[in-house]
Amino acid sequence: MSTTSSTILNLPDQKTATIPKMNYITKEDGLWSWLTTGDHKRIAMLYLISITFFFFIGGIFAGLIRLELLTPQADLVASDTYNKLFSMHGIVMVFLFLVPSVPATIGNFLIPIMIGAKDLAFPKINLLSWYLYVFGAIFILAAMIWGGVDTGWTFTTPLSTHYLNTNVVPAALGVFIAGFSSIFTGLNFIVTIHRMRAPGMTWFKMPLFVWSNYAASILMVLGTPVLAITLTLVALERTIHIGVFDPTLGGDPLLFQHLFWFYSHPAVYIMILPGMGVISEVMSTFSRKRVFGYTAVAFSSVAIAVFGFFVWAHHMFIMGVSNYSALVFSLLTMLVAVPSAIKVFNWAFTMQKGSITFETPMLYSFAFIGLFTIGGLTGVFLGSLGMDIHLTETYFIVAHFHYVMVGGMLMAFMAGIHFWWPKLVGRMYPESLSKLAAVTSFIGFNLTFMPQFILGYLGMPRRYHSYPAEYQVLNVLSTAGATVLGVGFVLPLIYFAWSLKYGEIAGNNPWQATGLEWQIQSPPLTENFTETPIVTQEAYDYEWLANKTQHEVTTVG
Amino acid sequence: MNEHQHHDPGNITNPEHAEHHIVTPKTYGIVFITLLTFTGITVWAAFVNLGILNPMIALAIACTKAVIVILFFMHVFFQSKLIKMTVAAGFFTFLILVTMTLSDYISRAWGLW
Amino acid sequence: MDNVTVATETHAAHEEHHVSLPQHRHHFETPEQQREAGTFGMWLFLLTEIMFFGGLFFAYLLYRNWYNPAFVAASNQLNIPLGTTNTAVLITSGFFMALAVWAAEVRKKTFLVATLLLATIFGLVFLGVKYFEYKEKWEKHHIPGASFDISEFVNPPRDAKTGKPVEEPLSPDMAQKTQVFFSLYFAMTGMHALHMIIGVGLLLWLIPRAQRGDFTAGYVAPIENFALYWHFVDIVWIFLFPLLYLINRHPV
Repeated sequence: MSTTSSTILNLPDQKTATIPKMNYITKEDGLWSWLTTGDHKRIAMLYLISITFFFFIGGIFAGLIRLELLTPQADLVASDTYNKLFSMHGIVMVFLFLVPSVPATIGNFLIPIMIGAKDLAFPKINLLSWYLYVFGAIFILAAMIWGGVDTGWTFTTPLSTHYLNTNVVPAALGVFIAGFSSIFTGLNFIVTIHRMRAPGMTWFKMPLFVWSNYAASILMVLGTPVLAITLTLVALERTIHIGVFDPTLGGDPLLFQHLFWFYSHPAVYIMILPGMGVISEVMSTFSRKRVFGYTAVAFSSVAIAVFGFFVWAHHMFIMGVSNYSALVFSLLTMLVAVPSAIKVFNWAFTMQKGSITFETPMLYSFAFIGLFTIGGLTGVFLGSLGMDIHLTETYFIVAHFHYVMVGGMLMAFMAGIHFWWPKLVGRMYPESLSKLAAVTSFIGFNLTFMPQFILGYLGMPRRYHSYPAEYQVLNVLSTAGATVLGVGFVLPLIYFAWSLKYGEIAGNNPWQATGLEWQIQSPPLTENFTETPIVTQEAYDYEWLANKTQHEVTTVG
Repeated sequence: MNEHQHHDPGNITNPEHAEHHIVTPKTYGIVFITLLTFTGITVWAAFVNLGILNPMIALAIACTKAVIVILFFMHVFFQSKLIKMTVAAGFFTFLILVTMTLSDYISRAWGLW
Repeated sequence: MDNVTVATETHAAHEEHHVSLPQHRHHFETPEQQREAGTFGMWLFLLTEIMFFGGLFFAYLLYRNWYNPAFVAASNQLNIPLGTTNTAVLITSGFFMALAVWAAEVRKKTFLVATLLLATIFGLVFLGVKYFEYKEKWEKHHIPGASFDISEFVNPPRDAKTGKPVEEPLSPDMAQKTQVFFSLYFAMTGMHALHMIIGVGLLLWLIPRAQRGDFTAGYVAPIENFALYWHFVDIVWIFLFPLLYLINRHPV
């Protein structure tokens, strides 16, 4: 099929097209069948609903924060309440949205299909993983309802262990349980990718999305348990005063931070790596070209995961670590930026001499490339000791991590959802509205967070709800941006819901993409493939796709 | 060798064509006696004043015991490279946690070390 | 050029070579694949346990160096015969568990049930001894908290024969740090005991199933993978014992 217009979207004739009668959604009916399913695709959809719900909860907290910060005075909420707002915003967004976002939804749905398997290695553990997420989330909700927690999402000691009487233990318990959800997802992915690839699907024929999730899964399995023991110790410290973080009993509060950040730094790579995997897929499809430097991108995903374990104390430069260890961690932080940069260069070269089209997933990918680069570079600034002393605990940090997490990860998540939505539900969303949402969220995002770099540089501290009057203009810009950003995220909610009933039928391969998931029906069968595929083509092999499509066209009567 | 009619260059279904090795009770018995012996040695060594070597010997004996439990009771000696690498990766990450956190505590000028 | 070839014919031919076990899950091509995947998954779970206990071991490493005299004195309060016995008990339990795996592999049902029972009994003995040790700590007011008693560390009892104190006396400040030792002692052995209790619970579930013959007909994965867990818990104790009980036992 030739691309006659400036889009590669190729939908079947809507007058005759129908959703396939047998698919994973129609296989069984009733809520119970969904709640007891082993089907990775159904579990992915359960996750999608849950994380969307918590995304909006986290978003509401963000809205309240920005509303308070419209004026220099503390006039909307009391200071304790403001502390609770940013704490809950962080906890919900990090643990209940960002960490599971791509792996638990798109990853769960697609990884088995992409490697030619019928399901993940351990379907029951996959379902358990979702239930653990829900239980963890319930505890965090309970902490909110019982009055909130105000330690910041980082639970720093001795504040969290000795100086607060808020709901630290329920919140910590919720994060602990949600952490095990993450561990089991990662465990499942690792075993599946090692042991369940279809015949011919060697490591270097796999889509790069699978490589990225594999790297993130290693981090999930090795890093999250340290968070678990850290939160356990915080709970024990609060309840029975074991003294492990209490200076008056001989403990060291900084020990908490070492253990906490040992997980939480790899956690940011858990969050971003799957997003990078999405970008590889989208970049290739909408440039009609294989990803440049496949091996480099694959190995750099693993390198990011490995190096990510060596840099955690860059979150602690001003907390009392020794100068020598600060030097070591600063140097290693510079190194960890290299594999990320390699990937950005490779994506850029993927586009070079490709046939680029600007559908919604590609728009989000462009946003990702630019915004992640800004976020990543500002991370390098923060990794250098001298700059960090000035910029840490200011809005510069807030802007940095929102650029990588929202400008990077969330844009990648949106790219992924918009790219694979037709595969998940069999229908397309309205392209004009989706493009509008993409542009709106890009504008809103930059308006919200670019001023915060300046605010941080000028010295406005983070986690403060009042500030000197001279910072107000930038704060007002930021809040205005947040409103626009919010619209950009509400729109997809509306049109995706609309598309479930009224969207155009997508067919197997609306984007004319390579990859095993595009060779099967949309939505897929429960067992994914009618026969086990045997793979001989490379990843992103557009010649193979063209030959196959032509062969199908000439042989269908 | 199993005849796999379908093409499996990824070597997924029978990795490394490993014959499943059944470890004998005799091996287990030897390991058992060795573990008990080492336990005795470590208790005895604790009562001998060897200065700085005491904790090192205790840890060395504990590591040896752990290694033989892993290799023989847990069969890792007879298993695929993947399993061996997995075990190594776990202990490696633990070592990173310990050594890099120690790099802070040991080098603190004001520290209690 | 169709590269997505049908594999159905060859799949059927393959199935004739072995009988499918009832526990064969159909997203796996072969039982070997299922078994290897199960073992791999179990090891990944054990990696999380290494990192989980790892945090506690680091805290121990740090505070043992910071408060060495307190740790020495506090460690000497622990009972070596009981600790050594417990170590031997747990090693024996592990030995029986390893034999149980062999029994399942060679399909000896009675021997499997016997070894599983012995592993359980020795595990319970371990827990029983720990209970007595904890009780003794309670009686001597060595549980950290408001009722902690440092008098024995500040004024150690004197040896009847030589008249010298049994331990180096500690300053009150350092004596207070013995609470750090005991906190870590209870946290680490407590976490270990919790894992033992879970293990015993799982054993009590496995034994009736073994009696029914579930694991002596070719499907050994639950026994094999539980054994991995049990040995891991044993390894944690192999480290805990010298670190907690044997810090400095040479005569003063």
